[in-house]
Amino acid sequence: MAEPILQVRNLTKHFGGLAAVDNVSLEIRPAGLHAVIGPNGAGKSTLINLLSGELSASSGQIIFRGQEIGLLAPEQRSRRGIARSFQKTNIFPSFTALENCRLAAQSRQPRPLAWMRDALSDESMMFTATQVLAAVELSGRAGDLALALSHGEQRQLEIAMCLATEPELLLLDEPLAGMGTEESLRMVELIKKLSASHAILLVEHDMDAVFQLAQVLTVMVDGRLLASGTPEQIRADREVQAAYLGEPENRP
Amino acid sequence: MLHVTLPRWFLLSLVLLLALMPLGATTFYLQLGAKILIMAIFALSLDLLVGHTGLISFGHAAYFGVAAYTLALITPKYEAANFWLTLPVAVAAAGIAALVIGFLVVRTTGVYFIMVTLAFAQMLYAVFHDTKLGGGSDGIYINVRPELTIAGFKPLDLENPAQFFYLTLIVLVVVYWFLSRILHAPFGRALAGLRVNEQRMRSIGFPVFFYKLGAFTLAGAVAGLAGYLAACQFGFVNPEILAWHQSGMVLMMVILGGMGRLHGAVIGAAAYVLLQELFSSSALFGGYAKHWQLPMGSLIVIIVLALPHGIGGMIDLAWRRRGFRQEEVAQNADG
Repeated sequence: MAEPILQVRNLTKHFGGLAAVDNVSLEIRPAGLHAVIGPNGAGKSTLINLLSGELSASSGQIIFRGQEIGLLAPEQRSRRGIARSFQKTNIFPSFTALENCRLAAQSRQPRPLAWMRDALSDESMMFTATQVLAAVELSGRAGDLALALSHGEQRQLEIAMCLATEPELLLLDEPLAGMGTEESLRMVELIKKLSASHAILLVEHDMDAVFQLAQVLTVMVDGRLLASGTPEQIRADREVQAAYLGEPENRP
Repeated sequence: MLHVTLPRWFLLSLVLLLALMPLGATTFYLQLGAKILIMAIFALSLDLLVGHTGLISFGHAAYFGVAAYTLALITPKYEAANFWLTLPVAVAAAGIAALVIGFLVVRTTGVYFIMVTLAFAQMLYAVFHDTKLGGGSDGIYINVRPELTIAGFKPLDLENPAQFFYLTLIVLVVVYWFLSRILHAPFGRALAGLRVNEQRMRSIGFPVFFYKLGAFTLAGAVAGLAGYLAACQFGFVNPEILAWHQSGMVLMMVILGGMGRLHGAVIGAAAYVLLQELFSSSALFGGYAKHWQLPMGSLIVIIVLALPHGIGGMIDLAWRRRGFRQEEVAQNADG
């Protein structure tokens, strides 16, 4: 088996007396989808925020491609190859869809201070932006303001922005939240496609999607890691059933 | 994303019109005109922070003042200083002051940023007010204006009001052009991103601190350009030019003209200076003229309430109604 791209060791985050993430360890492989599930308040989003650098851990280690990144700022982690989407859509609403992606691609430009050059005349940035929009099937909306896109399209746009930074690891925080059936299906297809070439850590409440997408599942409850394994192992796990999934006979 | 860009022919004809002004205007109006142009440069520099980057600096007069004092301090008492030497030195002094202060202040956000920029400006004010540097609270005179002579050739004589007016016009045009290029360049696009969503900028990998520091330093240097010209014009510098009144005034100009649009800063500066001139005219208001701040303040309140995007925003709307550059207007949804 390939070396894990991300290793989390004994990660803990305290908010006052509350351990939102409590001694969590996990490993993520270079390609494929690793889903983290658990009831509300289990610490899933906190875990993503710790990995992306939005929050700093109280203790524990985060090792990305063999290097400790626990003390790096979010922008430094992004430059190492970690991109994330947020639970609440986080884009530049007043920019066009294309500009959202172009700006993300700009952060990877070797000469960020080409002071007097019109940014829109830079072909490599525009090329990347166009390409990632096509990858999420938003080409037709390139010229529209991001705020004019539907909720689902905004979520797709956010993923396109992540892709424009050419990441190796994608952290997706509930990408299906608030989506209609059709939008969900499209997003699931997209994530499936991306997981062939990227390592993805997915936090999601939609169990159908999770079991469809994940190669590895981790269950968190009250900040602690309850179980980890293949979807089949998790489905069969009695503890998980009791804590989260409900009794087997209740499930379709 | 971008506000209405006024068409080039419109701006050029405006500049031409201004360039013709010395043919007909009296010295009084030329000096008033030069004052407006200098304030426009000052307002442009602040708008780079307030309108384009989303950093509300309430201490921008500091950099204006540092450059003005630099000129005053390096000008010999009875001789003219060399323009080509003193201008870069004064602008660099302002830029360095902004770099050093910026290094400390751009880490803060929101109301804290407003307060620390103000605090640093007031510290500089105290330095010039309470020490003997630059004549203390009495200020310091610049008896002879800088000279532009290069190799025996004198392109402009700053003692001549018409020629000084031309100098300020040239500098304003260059600054306007330069800033509009910067704002379209990757750097400017990143500043716009910071204004709209700083967290997103971080998570797509922008070293936010350096971008903010760059904007702060650039804005300080351009403010220094304005401060240098102001010191040339008035031939006198005192601590009041870096006090918070001055910072408040330029912020008012930016708001009046409409934040985040280059032409707004210029319009705001013109409107402010002209309104002040109007309300403090004793020919019109007699004894009430000395209370000019009262009608001025009331009018500004009314304008800001009636025109949330300033006078410049109203002009943009007029362009839009005429169907002008619809595609760029369409990108302009964040006000």
